[in-house]
Amino acid sequence: MNPITRIGRVTLRPVVERAGFTVALGLQALMLFHHAGKRRRSLLQEMYTVGVKTLHVVVFVGFFIGMIVALQVGLQLATFSQQESIGLLVAPMMAVEMSPLITAILLAASVGSAMAAELGTMKVQEELTALEVLSVNTVSYLVVPRVLALTIMSPILAVLATWVGTLGGGVIAVTQLGLSFEGYIHNSIESMRVLGETVPLPKYLYDGLLKSTLFGFVIAVIGCASGMTASNGASGVGRTTRTAVRDSIILVIVLDFYLGKVLLG
Amino acid sequence: MSPDPIIRLTDVHRSFGTQEVLRGLSFDVHEGESLVIMGPSGAGKSVILKHVIGLLRPDRGEVLVEGKPVPRLKVRELRELRRDMGYLFQHAALVNWLSVYDNVALPLRETTRRSEAEIRKKVEHTLELVRMGEAREKFPSEISGGMQKRVGLARALVTDPRIILYDEPEAGLDPEMSNSVSRMMLRLRHELNTTSLTVTHSWPCASMVGDRIALFEQGRFLIDAPPAEVLASDIPRVRSFFDVQK
Repeated sequence: MNPITRIGRVTLRPVVERAGFTVALGLQALMLFHHAGKRRRSLLQEMYTVGVKTLHVVVFVGFFIGMIVALQVGLQLATFSQQESIGLLVAPMMAVEMSPLITAILLAASVGSAMAAELGTMKVQEELTALEVLSVNTVSYLVVPRVLALTIMSPILAVLATWVGTLGGGVIAVTQLGLSFEGYIHNSIESMRVLGETVPLPKYLYDGLLKSTLFGFVIAVIGCASGMTASNGASGVGRTTRTAVRDSIILVIVLDFYLGKVLLG
Repeated sequence: MSPDPIIRLTDVHRSFGTQEVLRGLSFDVHEGESLVIMGPSGAGKSVILKHVIGLLRPDRGEVLVEGKPVPRLKVRELRELRRDMGYLFQHAALVNWLSVYDNVALPLRETTRRSEAEIRKKVEHTLELVRMGEAREKFPSEISGGMQKRVGLARALVTDPRIILYDEPEAGLDPEMSNSVSRMMLRLRHELNTTSLTVTHSWPCASMVGDRIALFEQGRFLIDAPPAEVLASDIPRVRSFFDVQK
């Protein structure tokens, strides 16, 4: 084997294999979503873990992101004496872009990594093999509740981040730009009433919901797939956790760009 | 003894990278029989069990369980076959967030349509069989290694398997606990009339539970015979291995 082939085999093969396994796992999970009723106990437990335990972080970060967006955009608008338009910008920006993205990054770092670590530990301790030997469908038993929980909770958290982010923007509108809070909120609500051309629903809201639902699904599938392919004991679990977070964030950002193009176009 | 073996390996080869772990391994285990495989660490003894239960496929050769070609079975057929088999893992491999009771109930809940009342009855009976009835509400992290092994055994037995595979049942246990697990294996075999394949390093365990003992080294069996014949063997490597064991 020549050196270039060898390098290609060593570097690309694991990446292609991991990507293939992740896609296959995602498809299997999708096909088994109808097991949700059978898995309702673990689904609710996962939803609680995803939603309630990350709620405070999402609220805190969302509020500050809203303030940052309002401050940066507001100061630019103020140079053209257009600061009153800030309410028309912050809410849509939060709904379509910032909330889904920030929520996804927070979920990848907290929940996706935890899924990878949990399943990775089960893998290296032969618990996954034991389940397989017991004829337990591991995708239905372990993956479906996790993927479904994150797919459901991600848009809910993103909507919450949009609300608190818009409120954060209001704080800046009042304290830094000298606007009235009522006027800011009125503009924010008006901006969110814009309907889509193909779907007669508030466009910014469903664009954001679509993105964050997809991001939740992707993060959970990557977290589970990384965990299920862990090897080499504790260090392997650590490596797999890092890989899960890194891959999730990269894929979310790439998807965000292309989804943005499709939704805007 | 039935003429058709319940487990049959014929000329099985398996390599991992450049390392050839199984080199034409062949053996039979008949119904109700207990074969114990011994050998040096890292020789690939557990690999044999993983071929029998279909976790690994051979590069070449045939693995038959109950007459079915394990490597060629479809996922559904393999799941069906595995319901006839129990597997005790080296470190029990219990699901750590489930209680002892839920761990044992898991295969029944996931693979049968039994009611919760039927499951409770069966699980409690099986836990009593391995003398773990008192610990049913505890979690794996709250019980000792020996107790985890017994729960692992209960989980392997709860579906009434015809075949049980033991992967180093005494690993990590003190001699007293190891002896207790071996006695339990012997008792269960007599009570449930199961066929078993055991991988172990422990001569006391092997001599207690094995009808036949095989020494596995360099990819094949150097000897496969009843314990008394193994001890009387004049093959130099067999003598040296079992002299240390004795």
